[in-house]
Amino acid sequence: MRLLPLLLCSALVTPATAAEIWVTNEKDDTISVIDIATLEVTRTIPTGERPRGITFSHDFSRVYICASDSNAVQVMDPATGQILNDLPSGEDPEQFVPHPDDRHLWIANENDAVTTVVDTESRSVVAQINVGIEPEGMAVSPDGKTVITTSETTSMAHWIDTATHQIYANSLVDARPRHAEFTADGAELWVSSEIGGTVSVFKAADQSPLAKIKFEIPGVHPDLIQPVGFEFTPDGTTAFVALGPANHVAVVDMQSFKVRDYILTGRRVWHLAFSPDHSQLFTTNGVSGDVTVIDVASEKPVKTIKVGRFPWGAAMRP
Amino acid sequence: MSLKIAMVTAMLCLVPAALPALADLPVPMIYLRQEVTPPSTLSELDPVPEDQGVQGAMLALKDSRTTGAFLGQDYSLDLVSVPEGGDFASAAREALSRSRLIVADMPAETLLQLADMAPDALILDVATGDPRLRSADCRANVLHTALEDGARADALMQVLQRKRWTKAAMIVGPRIADRAFAGELARAARKFGVRIVDEKDWTFDTDLRRSTATEIPLFTQGFPEHDVVLVADEAADFARYIPDNTWAPRPVAGAAGMVPAAWSPVLEQWGASQLQQRFAAQAGRPMRPRDYAGWLAVRAIAESVTRSGSADPATLRAYMLSDAFALDGFQGRSLSFRPWNGQLRQPVPVANDRALIDLAPVEGFLHQVNEMDTLGLDRPESACTAFGG
Repeated sequence: MRLLPLLLCSALVTPATAAEIWVTNEKDDTISVIDIATLEVTRTIPTGERPRGITFSHDFSRVYICASDSNAVQVMDPATGQILNDLPSGEDPEQFVPHPDDRHLWIANENDAVTTVVDTESRSVVAQINVGIEPEGMAVSPDGKTVITTSETTSMAHWIDTATHQIYANSLVDARPRHAEFTADGAELWVSSEIGGTVSVFKAADQSPLAKIKFEIPGVHPDLIQPVGFEFTPDGTTAFVALGPANHVAVVDMQSFKVRDYILTGRRVWHLAFSPDHSQLFTTNGVSGDVTVIDVASEKPVKTIKVGRFPWGAAMRP
Repeated sequence: MSLKIAMVTAMLCLVPAALPALADLPVPMIYLRQEVTPPSTLSELDPVPEDQGVQGAMLALKDSRTTGAFLGQDYSLDLVSVPEGGDFASAAREALSRSRLIVADMPAETLLQLADMAPDALILDVATGDPRLRSADCRANVLHTALEDGARADALMQVLQRKRWTKAAMIVGPRIADRAFAGELARAARKFGVRIVDEKDWTFDTDLRRSTATEIPLFTQGFPEHDVVLVADEAADFARYIPDNTWAPRPVAGAAGMVPAAWSPVLEQWGASQLQQRFAAQAGRPMRPRDYAGWLAVRAIAESVTRSGSADPATLRAYMLSDAFALDGFQGRSLSFRPWNGQLRQPVPVANDRALIDLAPVEGFLHQVNEMDTLGLDRPESACTAFGG
């Protein structure tokens, strides 16, 4: 009886081609799928325990989910919601990044202080690299030559050579780095520090610091401004930075590194994902259990969508 | 010499890590403890672990050594433990001859003795909540990661006020520490608008494991109308028998029921579950407030070494007291030291046995500088002058 609506929904949605946002609900062990056309949740898919990081393969035929408390990365068929297989991921996988070769996943194992490289085809662990305490943020350079792991307690970004699996540089950042991204041209690395309240920008070529972005919202104590996830517009002009318990997303000019605006969201805003045409931005709001839809052109919130408990990661499926 | 090494280390942050570190900066720390037998309690359910405090410091050492491996900093922590009745002064002298970075786990009197032996040492207090050490008897070379008693009382009163449970009846235990904490509760109650309608001294010497159901209702029957029963019982001796045994059906707070403490095993938000798991895997038991203070002390030293590139006590102290210092304490806010008395600002969880009730500073309790300064001795309330205030 309880299965019926789920089945019905899957049956209805499977043939559809509408773009979707997939949101992991950390405390519900589910994924909420939002239809971008209607801005409604169209289905809820069960996952392993404590789903956090989520990403699609390049052709969107598979979706990878970090089921942290199941100690597995799950591979799901997004059309059916069926788990195809689990990948050996090391303990407590939190975030990962797919390599541009579309074959290897680089995974941060939060409890083990290692980064694990997994071959998704042979389903085997290729390498494990010792990093700092509580690795979390993962990024890969566009040329695939460098992977970044950030360590929360060690307050560092580790630069890893993907060919040798060796760390070739370490950059100290402010306390509790959570997320890292290379710019589309590969020239810059951005790292958010949750407790430090800053985003550090490095020149990728020589790891030299370029800028440190600080945030200030009237009426919000600086301690509560905690940058976590962020996304760049494809034209490389604007970064949207989720500020956690400050309940705002900052709009940052990527040339001047200045904050242009703050957009109100739900409570404890965590990660973000764009719609396929980048006209809308979806934020996961952990404490309020919802997703804020931001209109990118006007930089205004336009809708709040209720999802599961403690939404964490978000990924777009065209 | 140490300055040279520091500069090399700072430069190392930017050069490829694959190169072997030219010279490691040694950061020797000593965990100096005066052993104290905890008072005996009615129940044997929760013995005080002998390694409380030490385990937290050891975990932070492990965490910091990982960072140090990337930056060429070599942290170590030796335990020097003085048995009761032992020669503390000579043990302290020996420890100070090896390191001037001391994690101090000892009662207030002993701490003052240590502080006055070595004005050039940096001492982090992980054990005392005594307000006088943050006020008239403060020392410039002592910083406190241990939570002050007044902050616990303030946190509890904020939560009670927020719930509008503003009429409290109080039970006070027989020990000096119980009377002192009752004083803090009364002071905090006035500060946050909670009224203590009655107060009774706990004088029982019966075996409550047998007579709880009959003794407690009688003891609490005479209280005038109240919303909540406060229990001042610092050794957690009799408090566990109060909840669900009161005459009137009222919640209990203080040493049982809703407990304010620097750390609670039920914390899981703000990344706390990762710290809890790492701690439990190492120690084989849940983390206690003194473990948290020990963890904070070593992390505060290591964070300052990482950022300043120095292991010199004066340099580290200056960095810790500067605006640049920000420590991640897994409680959702960045922690810093109060420049007027060396107390580490920290949120205070108020929790029961199973879940967090609220984290103080509670929303709505504002402060012109930092909301965490609504907990404990604020600048105008502290008589400390050793910090130049």
